Amino acid sequence: MEQWITEIIDPYYLRILILMGINIIMVLGLNITTGVTGQLSMGHAGFMSLGAYTSAILTLELGIPFWLTLLAGAAVAAVFGFIIGLPALRLEGDYLAMVTIGFAEIVRVFFLNFEPGGKAVGLSGIPQQTTFSLVLLLTIVVIFFTQRLLSSRIGKAMYSIRENEIAAEACGINTTHLKVLSFVLGAFLGGLGGALYAHYMYYINPQDFDFMRSIEMLNMVVLGGLGSIPGAIVGAAILTVLPEMLRIVAEYRLLFYGALLVILMIFRPNGLLGDIRLYDLLKGKRKEEVKACQS
Amino acid sequence: MLLQQLVNGLTLGSTYALIALGYTMVYGIVQLINFAHGEIYMVGAFVGLFLVTAWNVNLGLAMLGAMAVCMMLGMTVERVAYRPLRGKSSRLSPLISALGASIFLSTLMALLAGVNTRRYPAIVDLSSYSLGPVQVSSMQVIILLVSAFLMIGLHMLVRRTRIGKAMRACSQDLEAAALMGINVNRVISYTFAIGSALAAAGGVMVGIYYNAVWPYMGTMAGLKAFAAAVMGGIGSIPGAMLGGITLGVLEIMGVAYISSSFKDAIAFGILILVLILRPQGILGQKISKKV
Repeated sequence: MEQWITEIIDPYYLRILILMGINIIMVLGLNITTGVTGQLSMGHAGFMSLGAYTSAILTLELGIPFWLTLLAGAAVAAVFGFIIGLPALRLEGDYLAMVTIGFAEIVRVFFLNFEPGGKAVGLSGIPQQTTFSLVLLLTIVVIFFTQRLLSSRIGKAMYSIRENEIAAEACGINTTHLKVLSFVLGAFLGGLGGALYAHYMYYINPQDFDFMRSIEMLNMVVLGGLGSIPGAIVGAAILTVLPEMLRIVAEYRLLFYGALLVILMIFRPNGLLGDIRLYDLLKGKRKEEVKACQS
Repeated sequence: MLLQQLVNGLTLGSTYALIALGYTMVYGIVQLINFAHGEIYMVGAFVGLFLVTAWNVNLGLAMLGAMAVCMMLGMTVERVAYRPLRGKSSRLSPLISALGASIFLSTLMALLAGVNTRRYPAIVDLSSYSLGPVQVSSMQVIILLVSAFLMIGLHMLVRRTRIGKAMRACSQDLEAAALMGINVNRVISYTFAIGSALAAAGGVMVGIYYNAVWPYMGTMAGLKAFAAAVMGGIGSIPGAMLGGITLGVLEIMGVAYISSSFKDAIAFGILILVLILRPQGILGQKISKKV
């Protein structure tokens, strides 16, 4: 299948599609943490970085099979998601955002000084094992699982934490468990995306996973619409393609990007598809009242 | 050695505090993390540089000029990027708008001035004085004095003037303040102006102190200052001052006694520890949740 795809799709478009798929996987993860459960995370690049470095080092140093390094990268990120999820129990809103920013910065500085990770030079020569069909398959699997998760009891309980934590607790929902779980799941998908990214780009370096990267992912979630799977997909797709389309304006690219974010937020403050569920789209329904996320 | 590091830490900390004040004042009133604030600090440094190189003004005038330009800029950013969103959306959309404004400003400055690091010409006599075992440079003295002066000025403004009273009212309850006849939009606008002016003053002084000005200097400085504001208890003005100085001193101590390559990690590590031990920040008030 891969051969057939590389024959019919232009390599440049193929590259954008693969990066789009990776972004969709990571943004679906961040959507669980921030969009659904309402725990503002501004350090998702930290999880991505952990996943990328873990998998790349395992591949380069130990020659472990690719799929195992993907799982290992995601698992390491998930462990750190658990660790970062713990302060989330005591902190809220912007205090939590600051802790996640701090976490991502610490991870970045750590890899800048980490000998097996090549320090500031980064790691190069990572075999390119991420293929289009693999990314497509994983994207579909992740969409399927998040969809099942969000329509389950757990997913609904997560939405209720976002809407009103006290009411949720009063209804017998274990908010402690679910908040940590939302971080673990978000981090797992972030790590998975990072591992895929490392095995696609040949080369990673700590600056690939800086604050701007976290912000980019948060933009995708908010632009698409908080708590919505189609929203996360649309947000990730648009914000992956947009910078490419803005290449025609060359050095003014980021200028337009920044201005567009402001304009989009002014005209669509709840994102493009805020809280629209996959189910609603399939049934042709549309929620009239879109509730805003509180944190 | 310890005393010397303490002086260096105080200098760094008071610049953090100047920037942190802008975050905390805006946050206190509209609960928005103004991510464009770091860029305003950067613009301030550039305006000062421009005034010094093009018109040969002295440090005081450069700072006043930068403060004036950044006041206008801060009010414009508020007007364009935040006011249209106020009151009609979630808390996250103004945040994204702020990030958009931040990207816009840093890119604009990179286009206008180039991405290279610029240096201030020698407008300040950079001699240093020995006070016993401690070496204090004249720029450190200027930073400490000017920061202290600005912070006392801000304190007087908030505590003693009508606009300060209006600001305090708005931070307690925006709606009730509006009902009492306070022009809320104007108060918010002034808050942005004052915060931006403080950041601009910080920008000019840091630009001279470290002798480096570049278009992306605002990101890390903004993050650190925000960390300082959160550490002190966001929304609290004395908290931002204390948080800034604490963060600066601890960061310098960390660099001196632990490792300089982990500089940024030390600052954020301290922040996370403080927040885990005291979730509302050092001087923040614990707000009990209501049903």
